[in-house]
This record gives sequence, structure tokens and C-alpha cells, in this order.
Amino acid sequence: MTDPRPRVAVVTFPGSNDDGDALLALELLGAEPVAVWHGDERLPDVAAVVLPGGFSYGDYLRCGAIARFSPAMKAIAEFAADGGLVLGICNGFQILCEAGLLPGALRPNASLAFVCRDVVLRVERTDTPFTAQCEPEQSLTIPIKHGEGCWFAGPELLAELEANRQVVLRYERNPNGAVGDVAGVSNERGNVMGLMPHPEHAVDPLLGSTDGALILGGLVQAARAGAPGLVSAST
Amino acid sequence: MRATVLVRPKPGILDPQGQAVESSLRELGFAVGDARVGRLVDLELAATDPAAARAEVERMCNQLLANPLIESYEIELAT
Repeated sequence: MTDPRPRVAVVTFPGSNDDGDALLALELLGAEPVAVWHGDERLPDVAAVVLPGGFSYGDYLRCGAIARFSPAMKAIAEFAADGGLVLGICNGFQILCEAGLLPGALRPNASLAFVCRDVVLRVERTDTPFTAQCEPEQSLTIPIKHGEGCWFAGPELLAELEANRQVVLRYERNPNGAVGDVAGVSNERGNVMGLMPHPEHAVDPLLGSTDGALILGGLVQAARAGAPGLVSAST
Repeated sequence: MRATVLVRPKPGILDPQGQAVESSLRELGFAVGDARVGRLVDLELAATDPAAARAEVERMCNQLLANPLIESYEIELAT
């Protein structure tokens, strides 16, 4: 089944601020974006879900810790459990980690400074729906803008993730102290991914880079094909 | 019954806030080391039985107040 303009949800939490850019980028890349309010207990009929960046609930307690209890998150957890495609960007990544849908946790940057600039990422695998349009080991220039992007996993968890090849994107120069230079990780099944950089801010030459279109375009293409999860299952 | 929950970054977890506080204290002339910054949550509980109250606050910690991957917690109860 192919859908020329697949419906992709973008969830707005109180304090989200990149939801508008995510909706615009998805539309530009051929999707029919669908705005979803965090208080909605049911997801509309969509082929993929994007959790955008921002400061949900003011980042109180821990980033993403309160948003994970939003009514929409229960529906998204069920959507992900059924193999649905879910991408978390920045605060969306933090929410997915807090919700246990992705491994690890995001801590304050090692520098304690808010970092806002373009970074170079290395694509570690191209057999995920999110990186299928990238070349192996391709370098992507995509901006980051976060104060708490220092991804953490203990040595045992990191070794497990590396063995499963769940580290999808790595910083070429670590901007925040993340363990293993991790910029983006997926779940074991490969249908849920989170990343700190903002692909939705890099989809137009006017913005300085179009490399983000490879990530979001991959998501749209996978949603169009109705083929969630890994493109080719690892054995 | 009142509860106080102390949440700390686990040993080995990078704590840049603690490092910044430590370096500021040193600049003020204090001989300190290994500063760690956590969080304190005061709660007024409806529960009156200490064992039940502690069990309830432990559930709060595991579900919301602490992230067990990176944080440890301690619970103090007072009537």
C-alpha cells in the first residue's frame, strides 16, 4: 500500500516550540502533516508520529519527565508497540527516553552552556526508516539548540546498544558530553528514533543546510510505503 | 504526614552543576571537593500509616520524582 501524501502527526505539548517548523518541513517533504494536541487520548489515523522540540512543561523536574504522562503519550506508546514510526527531536527525544520508549537519559550539557549552532553528524547505519536516504557514513550538517542534550547510558547499556547497532547518528565533534558521541539512538526494533539535532531546521537552502531533509524525507518515504521498522531486518 | 524526598545524581554520573558550584565555592576560598547538586521535594501526604506512606512515596519516586537510570533517592517521613 502506498499513500502519495502520508499523514504524519506532530504532537504539541504545552511548551513545544518547534511543532510549527516540523509541520512545515513535513509538508515540504511531501507528507500531509496533522497537528495533534497532547491532551488527545486517541491518535488520528496517521502513518508516523513526530514529537517536536521545545520545553514541554517548562522542563520542570527533568526534561520530558512530565510530558511523558500526557494522554497522547499513552496512544503513542501503543502506536510504537504496534510497529508505528515515531521520531523524537530534541525535547521529543527527551520525552521518549523518559517514557522508556528509547534507551538512556538526557542530562545537562557538560559545559552547562546552552549550545546553538550547526554540528556535523555521522550516519552510522542506513537501514533504518530515518536514515534510508543517507549514504553509509555520510556526514550531515544539522543544527542543535539545547541545554540538556548530554545523552547518558551506563557502560553495560551502551555496550548492548552498540552490539545491536542502535546508535544511528554520532557527533563528529561532541558538543555536549554525550556518552559515545551519541546524537541519535533507536529502539531495538528500529521503528522509534530520537535525536538532539533538529532536522526540521535544515530542509531549505535558505536555512544553511538541507541535510535534515534526508532524515525527515526518509520518515515520509517509509510512512508512504507503509513499511515501519528496519528496512532490512538484521539477523 | 509529611515526606521529604532527596534526589541525587548517581555516583559516576557527570554532574556539571555540581562542578560549577564546587569551582565557585573554591573561588570564594572554601576548601571543598566532590560537590553534587540534587533536588529536594517536600510533600504533604494524606496517608497516616508510616509504612503505607513510605511505600506510596517509593512508587512516586519510581514513576516520576527520580529517573532510576541516573538518579538515586532517599525518603524521610515526619508526622
